[in-house]
Amino acid sequence: MAQLLFNCFAAFTVVCAAGVVLNKNVVNAAMCLLLSLVGVAGLFVALNAYLLAFLLLLVYAGAVVALFLFIIMLLDTKGDQQPGLKHLSLVARILAFALVAGGFVSFFMRSQLPEPALATTPALGAELKLYAYQLFTTYLLPVQVLGFLLLIAMIGVIVLSKKFAATEDAK
Amino acid sequence: MIAPTLHAYLTISALLFALGFLGVLIRRNTLVVFMCLELMLVASTLALVAFSRFNGTMDGNVFVFFILTVAAAEVAVGLAIIVALFRQRRTIQVDELNSLKN
Repeated sequence: MAQLLFNCFAAFTVVCAAGVVLNKNVVNAAMCLLLSLVGVAGLFVALNAYLLAFLLLLVYAGAVVALFLFIIMLLDTKGDQQPGLKHLSLVARILAFALVAGGFVSFFMRSQLPEPALATTPALGAELKLYAYQLFTTYLLPVQVLGFLLLIAMIGVIVLSKKFAATEDAK
Repeated sequence: MIAPTLHAYLTISALLFALGFLGVLIRRNTLVVFMCLELMLVASTLALVAFSRFNGTMDGNVFVFFILTVAAAEVAVGLAIIVALFRQRRTIQVDELNSLKN
């Protein structure tokens, strides 16, 4: 049963991710990203990370993809226009593709991972408590830094998206 | 009844990462390139959660928390930059954004 669910979600995720890459239409690509994220959330549930699955859906599928869709509609952009590939970029792409393919081949041929058995995870309530405990003890400093990062990002976005008509008039 | 192995999860993660990487390489639209970057971030979080689950620690999961936060901030700033770029140049095709060339 677990294997079946894993196969379904994994195939769903990878197919939708391929949809993001291959779709010419930007809105369709964003929708494929949304579905792919739902698949990843399913894989998280299979890994007993219920809170992270919920957060992934909330933050990524809820906020990030919605933001992407807003920007797509705001910019009213067309999909990819395909003028002829320049020589150098074509070579670079083929090289990068070969690199990825080579990485995969070596991964399947000679990866020697130890296969640990599934560790036991705490029950859901205890798991939440463990998250909170870790965030407020071991990882207290990163949490504070992240708070500042979010503040800086917010201020940066406001500055970036502001129209500087006033300063241009002053010149 | 066999449960999926760590190797299976890492394979899916690597596949997702490779797809995102290829998307960054072959797409011309900045927005799609940005979506593919998100795909790569999610692939890395999947690997972290899988390692965390199979090793019985919480640290990977907590790290995914941080990655989600940073990704949210990154998306907000990146999209703001793309909008500012579009206002200036009226295009977001990667090929046409070559003012640093020469």
